[in-house]
Amino acid sequence: MISTENVSFHYPSTPEVLHEVNLQIKDGEFVAIMGENGAGKTTLIKMFNGLLKPTQGKVFVDGVDTHERSVAQLSRNVGLIFQNPDHQLFAETVADELSFSLRNFGFKEDIVQRRVTNMLTALDLDRYKDSSPFVLSGGERKRVALAAILVWDPKHVIMDEPTIGQDYLQKDRLRNFIVQLISQGKTVVIVSHDVEFVAECKPRVVLLSRGRIIADGPATEILTDPSVVEQSSLVMPQISSLMANLKELEPPPDIIDAYSAREFLRVKLKAAIGAQPPKR
Amino acid sequence: MSLRFVEGFKFTKMDSPIHRLDPRAKFILTMGFFAISLMFTNIYVLLVLFIVQIPGVLLAKSVARWLRSMRGGLFLGVFILIMNLIFGTPLVSSLAFTIRFFAIMSSFSFFFMTTSADDLGLALDQIHVPYSISFTFTTAVRLVPTMAVDAQTVVDAQRSRGLELDKGNFVKRIRNYVPILIPLIISAIRRSVELAEALESRAFGATEKRTAIVTLRMRFADYLVILATIAGLALAFYVYFYVRLPTLVLPFQMPRLF
Amino acid sequence: MPAIAARSLSFTYAGAQKPSMDNVNLTIEKGEFVILTGPSGCGKTTFCRCLNGLIPNFYSGNLQGDLEVDGLKVEGKSTAELATHVGFVFQNPENQLFSLSVERDVAFGLENLGVPREEAIERVRWAMESTGILELRDKAPYELSGGQQQRAAIAGVLAMQPSILVLDEPTSFLDPKSAVDIVKVIARLNQELQLTILLVEHRLDIVSQYANRVVVMDKGTIALDGPPSEVYGDNARLIGIGLPRVTMLFHLLRRDGFPLTRNPTTVDEASTALRGLISK
Repeated sequence: MISTENVSFHYPSTPEVLHEVNLQIKDGEFVAIMGENGAGKTTLIKMFNGLLKPTQGKVFVDGVDTHERSVAQLSRNVGLIFQNPDHQLFAETVADELSFSLRNFGFKEDIVQRRVTNMLTALDLDRYKDSSPFVLSGGERKRVALAAILVWDPKHVIMDEPTIGQDYLQKDRLRNFIVQLISQGKTVVIVSHDVEFVAECKPRVVLLSRGRIIADGPATEILTDPSVVEQSSLVMPQISSLMANLKELEPPPDIIDAYSAREFLRVKLKAAIGAQPPKR
Repeated sequence: MSLRFVEGFKFTKMDSPIHRLDPRAKFILTMGFFAISLMFTNIYVLLVLFIVQIPGVLLAKSVARWLRSMRGGLFLGVFILIMNLIFGTPLVSSLAFTIRFFAIMSSFSFFFMTTSADDLGLALDQIHVPYSISFTFTTAVRLVPTMAVDAQTVVDAQRSRGLELDKGNFVKRIRNYVPILIPLIISAIRRSVELAEALESRAFGATEKRTAIVTLRMRFADYLVILATIAGLALAFYVYFYVRLPTLVLPFQMPRLF
Repeated sequence: MPAIAARSLSFTYAGAQKPSMDNVNLTIEKGEFVILTGPSGCGKTTFCRCLNGLIPNFYSGNLQGDLEVDGLKVEGKSTAELATHVGFVFQNPENQLFSLSVERDVAFGLENLGVPREEAIERVRWAMESTGILELRDKAPYELSGGQQQRAAIAGVLAMQPSILVLDEPTSFLDPKSAVDIVKVIARLNQELQLTILLVEHRLDIVSQYANRVVVMDKGTIALDGPPSEVYGDNARLIGIGLPRVTMLFHLLRRDGFPLTRNPTTVDEASTALRGLISK
């Protein structure tokens, strides 16, 4: 479990970036941290692996106070994937890139090789095994960065804006991959302002605004609440806006993606116009 | 060595009489301080040179930052002191050299803290430095904080992969910087390419005769500063050639180390 | 005379095996608002780079075919010359602002062109007013939010008075609310100044309502070209672009057998179509 107790944070001689944040993320949960630029989202996730230590309050990861552990120690269980893969890629080959962390953590060489091979296959990167990471496309580099963190199998996976610069197919693949990680029992935390992506994933949503948590609950509740959405510089998912518009059909308040909308409308439309034979 | 040292040279936008001075005037002032500092080895003169800058720092409302940069320079200052002592320079002279270092560092720090890169660029333009050079300079200065953020992000990202920069023997520590330097260099290159594309798209280099919508104009205060500097230099020359300065004699002898 | 006329345009980057853009034929008339979209690597950025001369002046390679902008043959013209016809706005606001004050930044292009001082000052004022940033004139770019920075970038390009504005994923780094705002600014420039707009975007839900035309590229060529409602059919989905969710909803309902022929892109269009179906 990752928990923050009354955590406040400010960089030296600057105003507070986080203010009395209390958050608990249980093992195996899927959480999206959202909020406007500058709300403190990235600052918060850097606390989870000890890169930043709170100026007030404590952060506990799996029962351990982060003040008492080094970043390397905490990273063993908390994998943090940064937004821009170019800030971490440096090796001569993709395989070396993946081996880097394993060697840092002291894995034996035969295990390193095995894990690297498995990870390459899992993320469809086998053919790039001996390529330089720098010649790959943007989307591929993002996958290599992801692989380089997951290769040591951290219990908690944190992704900072994983969908920026990705097209729809890539996002779809990412979503399925997250589902896989959850099914493996991992905790997944993403920082994102991609409302439609979050609406399709339906995680728990924690909304940060100016360093404070202003909302915390299921995506279906949070993303359909106009006041908090407005405050965090987000927009409601298009489907929610559609449902709000179709008040007369009395849609349930938790429809935020196309699939649930279809289920609901299928019933309503059939009732209104009579059953239609499905086109084949 | 703390990065606070660099902070003392960073420009911060503020409304103070010093910030409003023309960068050319300020530069002449800084050069004046630099020249006078080099002329003298007398500890009293150098102390005066150092202290005389403090009212300026106060006027510029930059005391806290100036103090931080002095603190950052402490390492080098102490290093200079010790090296001088080791090689046999008398204690008083060693102290004088250290004070001279701080006087010079302070005057340059003061200049950069109160002058924006843009104004520097304008100043260079108006003294007819080729535009490509002044632009390169301004952009480089402007990019320092951006690159610093990049550097911190790279360090964070690699530490998050188990890289421990403070462990291991000397060789290992040097090698540990490879995963930091390479992404930094690549990021810098990518950024440069993006900047270059944007520059091209804004017709950079289209004509030799660039217009400037903002121009620097010297005002009364600026001429005053320049006059004060000339007066200060004149005084310094006079003192150097004609005045016998009191020397500081300590009641004990420093043991010679070599 | 069309704003953009491309005939059999192809380009292979130096050192690449295959062309990034292959036999593109596209005509865009003055005043059109065209969305250019497609999966990663489809060639949309390559096409845009040809419009203001970055290809072949900045990016070398093998360029074939004909291209005219504003009736001028692009071939042999420098980027500086083309800058007064085609304004280019990039993804990352940080890397296209050059000065320490917004006003001087907006003036940058005009200074480079040697425009006389009085005229330059007036044009700068006009550009800042048109993008709604006049009150930010003395601020430093780093003091601005991402959305404001992009407005400053647009103003800087607008000041050079091009007749065509090309924007390459300008909302990538912006939060949803800022993204919506900047698209409204672009739409206003299109309507009030009759600026031809070519907007490369993935966030089709935000932009489709302002565009009269969508061009979808795939693997280097143009796959679809027409008004949004026509283009957002099954073929678009198969190519893998991220359709607005209400459009996707209609695709799903169609599969369920409902006689919904349109492809709505906005909440209003979708509501009207659904209400129409129910009332029948």
